[in-house]
Amino acid sequence: MEIVIPDVNWIALAPQIIVIATALLVLLLGVLSGPGRKSYLPYLSLLGVILAGLIAFYYWDGHETVSPGMVAVDAFSAYLNLAFLLAAGLSILLSVDYVQRTDLGEGEYYGLLLLSVVGMMFLAGASNLLIVFLGVEILSIPLYVLAGFNHKDPQSGESALKYFLLGAFASGFLLYGIALLYGGTGTTSLPEIAQYLATASQVSSYVWIGMGLVLVGLGFKVALVPFHMWTPDVYQGAPTPVTAFMSVGAKAAGFAALLRILPGALFVQMTGWSWVLAVLAILTMLLGNVAAIAQRNLKRMLAYSSIAHAGYITIGLVAGSVAGIEAILFYLVAYIFMNIGAFAVVAAVSRDRGPGEGESLQDFAGLGKTQPWLAGAMAVFMFSLAGLPPLAGFLGKLYVFAAAVENGWWWLAAIGVACSVISAYFYLRVVLYMYMREPVGDAVRLAVCPPVAIVLVITVLLTVLIGVLPGTLVWLTQAALVGWGM
Amino acid sequence: MNEFGFPILSAIVFLPLLGAVVLALFFRVKDDGTMKGWALAVMLVDFVLSLALLLKWQPTADMQFVENVPWVAGLGISYLLAVDGISLFLVLLATLLMPLALLGGWRAIDKNVKGFLFFMLVLQTGVLGVFTALDLVLFYVFWEAMLIPAYFLIGMWGGARRHYAAMKFFLYTMAGSALMLIGILYLAVSGYQAGTGFTFNLLNLRALPLGYWEQIGLFAAFGLAFAVKAPLFPFHSWLPDAYGESPMPVTVILAGVLSKMGIYGFLRICLPLFPEALPVFAPIIAVLAILGIVYGSLVALGQKNAKMLVAYSSVAHISLIVLGVFVLDMQSAQGVLIQVVNHGLNIAILFLLLGMIYERYGTLEMAELSGLWKVVPALGVFLLLAMLASVGLPGLNGFVGEFLILVGVFQINQTYAVFAALAIVLGAWYMFNLYRQIMQGPTTEEVDRKTVLASVRDLSTREVLALIPIVLLIFFIGIYPNWMFARTQFSAETLVSESQQIPVTMMEQPVASEEPGS
Repeated sequence: MEIVIPDVNWIALAPQIIVIATALLVLLLGVLSGPGRKSYLPYLSLLGVILAGLIAFYYWDGHETVSPGMVAVDAFSAYLNLAFLLAAGLSILLSVDYVQRTDLGEGEYYGLLLLSVVGMMFLAGASNLLIVFLGVEILSIPLYVLAGFNHKDPQSGESALKYFLLGAFASGFLLYGIALLYGGTGTTSLPEIAQYLATASQVSSYVWIGMGLVLVGLGFKVALVPFHMWTPDVYQGAPTPVTAFMSVGAKAAGFAALLRILPGALFVQMTGWSWVLAVLAILTMLLGNVAAIAQRNLKRMLAYSSIAHAGYITIGLVAGSVAGIEAILFYLVAYIFMNIGAFAVVAAVSRDRGPGEGESLQDFAGLGKTQPWLAGAMAVFMFSLAGLPPLAGFLGKLYVFAAAVENGWWWLAAIGVACSVISAYFYLRVVLYMYMREPVGDAVRLAVCPPVAIVLVITVLLTVLIGVLPGTLVWLTQAALVGWGM
Repeated sequence: MNEFGFPILSAIVFLPLLGAVVLALFFRVKDDGTMKGWALAVMLVDFVLSLALLLKWQPTADMQFVENVPWVAGLGISYLLAVDGISLFLVLLATLLMPLALLGGWRAIDKNVKGFLFFMLVLQTGVLGVFTALDLVLFYVFWEAMLIPAYFLIGMWGGARRHYAAMKFFLYTMAGSALMLIGILYLAVSGYQAGTGFTFNLLNLRALPLGYWEQIGLFAAFGLAFAVKAPLFPFHSWLPDAYGESPMPVTVILAGVLSKMGIYGFLRICLPLFPEALPVFAPIIAVLAILGIVYGSLVALGQKNAKMLVAYSSVAHISLIVLGVFVLDMQSAQGVLIQVVNHGLNIAILFLLLGMIYERYGTLEMAELSGLWKVVPALGVFLLLAMLASVGLPGLNGFVGEFLILVGVFQINQTYAVFAALAIVLGAWYMFNLYRQIMQGPTTEEVDRKTVLASVRDLSTREVLALIPIVLLIFFIGIYPNWMFARTQFSAETLVSESQQIPVTMMEQPVASEEPGS
């Protein structure tokens, strides 16, 4: 029997390989190093991330596929890889203090985080439905473990179990959808699916059902309503740095996959799917924003806000045009900065408290007096998430709404703007507590540790910078879609 | 085409922001006096810069001091600032009232002075940006961004219900302007589809041919934002809380400057871009404006608190200006352009004086104040003047604007004019009532006790300095309004021709030569 070794272009996969190698190295060294001598591990992982980022940037102009049409290495995947690595880098910095203080396994933590990033990177470059599935699994399984990493906190374990069970179900839907798509088109390769659908005279209903199931599976990952039920509990229970990473990384990866599949392969069916997505977007924005109003725990509030932002991003998907995809890419990067920043502040405020404490609105009361820089940073993130100019969040929403209006979906954009106004209430409420209420209790707070401070400085600076001078990022998103045939 | 060789408008708009950043970074929290001095200096320099605009003003040019650079080239957004007859005096009003508000309310703020001054300066940048931005996204950025400092100013230094008032103000205004963003995007997309490129440049979009229903929808989207900001009845319910709970210097700016932004929006965007929607909306808005006049005046009559009385009178007077905007001919156009300034000045001086009374007696309840003329006669004189200007006594500035608006309205619709005149009549009633209650009559025991307790003195030099510029302008504009008319004439003609869709040359000749007081 002949075994055909596929012709894999390993060089093009260099970023992924570097991250995998770093992950394995970190895991190994984590076991080999003695207890208390593992503090270099996060910086080692960071090094790997930066290296991979540099290589991904170098491959910006590539247009190769690795192995027969499995993974595409083009500007789109380069942009997203950089975004994932950015999210990973910031999350690693955010985790340093937490992991050290809670005395969890450093090697395992950073190793798992890096492996999750690999899954995300595969999703960004997926050229084949099987890679999509592979990517989703590689991204999710480490996250399941990471969500439950704090074994001393029962809430953490609960969140891991919920995430795992629901995630497994979603993966099942995804796989079944892929199978149906294969049945309906005869191939799992995305470019070939695109070609088939463009030329086929009659498209089997398997394609529609299959895509619907895929949408369910991926919709779970990005927390679209009605596949969002896991989000509040999982975000609240997981360790804060893990939540930060999940909320931006998994979301971006999920949307990357949706972009590869929906406007990528199924673009001829886009008008039909736009309506489905529009309904999902409306439900998502409404539920996310309205439910957030009732939340007193900041991580839960940010979870619902995360759901709502998935809704805004979906509007870009509804637009179904290149401008819409550019808008999504822009939004995702802006979102990375403002969301990780917000979670960084939550992490800093809850630093010296027990698990699950220090995350409520009451704990933020009077922060303007006790820790003015922290409060100022949080105010920037809250205003940006609400979509107020001149911050990054506003530009992101502007871009997405512009794409929608351009394609006739102005009423959807109007709903989006209305939901933004609703969201202003709970974002502003945090600012109100920080500046207009007195601090509770003896506010002896630990100082912000240096890695978290670095994360805060980077995220605040970039949130403001992207808001005031978005030209570079806009140009990057446009460059990322060069050659995107639609 | 910059007459000065350097970007003067950017300097005027961003100098306060720069001053705020320097304040935040380099001043210690304890030097209250130094910080206030710094803020005052920055505001005064800004005022002097804006005077330079007057120096090089061309009476017959459209947009002047234009600065145009691409901002986000990929999205067609540019950084476009310019001034014309509509915005010239609004810019001057803003740069004048800011230092006066600070000077007049020097002792009104004693907690967290650094934060207060920071937000006042940032607010000034936001306001000046709104009046000068001609790229729609830039306009929107300033419009919304201005909410942030206003929220903090009301919410941190305000009265007992400040949190509620600040949140209400913020959400109400943001909700009103939400649809405006969609309108802006729709305009840009229409421009793109019409082949003129994807741009948010208002000057280019003016020439865009829009369908009838498009104009109706867009007018509604933009108009809602401006109606909430103005405020126009029935979108005014944020005002009593915001004005009532804010500290006095902030009230001066809210009433004197921010309230002009709604009217400015109508003049800058709705009238030029959506003229076909005017026949539909003008009657509706005119009726709402008249309701606002009557409602505002009647509610003012029933107020027991002097600050709330003046706040509701502001609603009534703004509604009169809005009426002038939508019942537009040459007289009412000139009247509107001059009255926005007059209203700003008059309401500012009223609130400044009320602030001075509050600093002395700790209350503005009319029942608790009486016979103050005996204690603070100089303040009484200024209050009398302010009151008469607000009421519209001929020879003072209020008369010019209100009279022109009424004449203009009368020429188009006599019923409207009759009801609008109620603004004057009722205005006189509640204003004289206010004055009588506070100033005249015998002093009560309470007043005597407080006078001794707080060792109340008459106006200090600083307070007089804060009031004098406005007083001088009240007289100047009242006696020689032609000085302003000459500068706003071109824009008034353009407005009328755009809204009635007739070329300027075919209009009736303008009013400058025939109106009284010139």
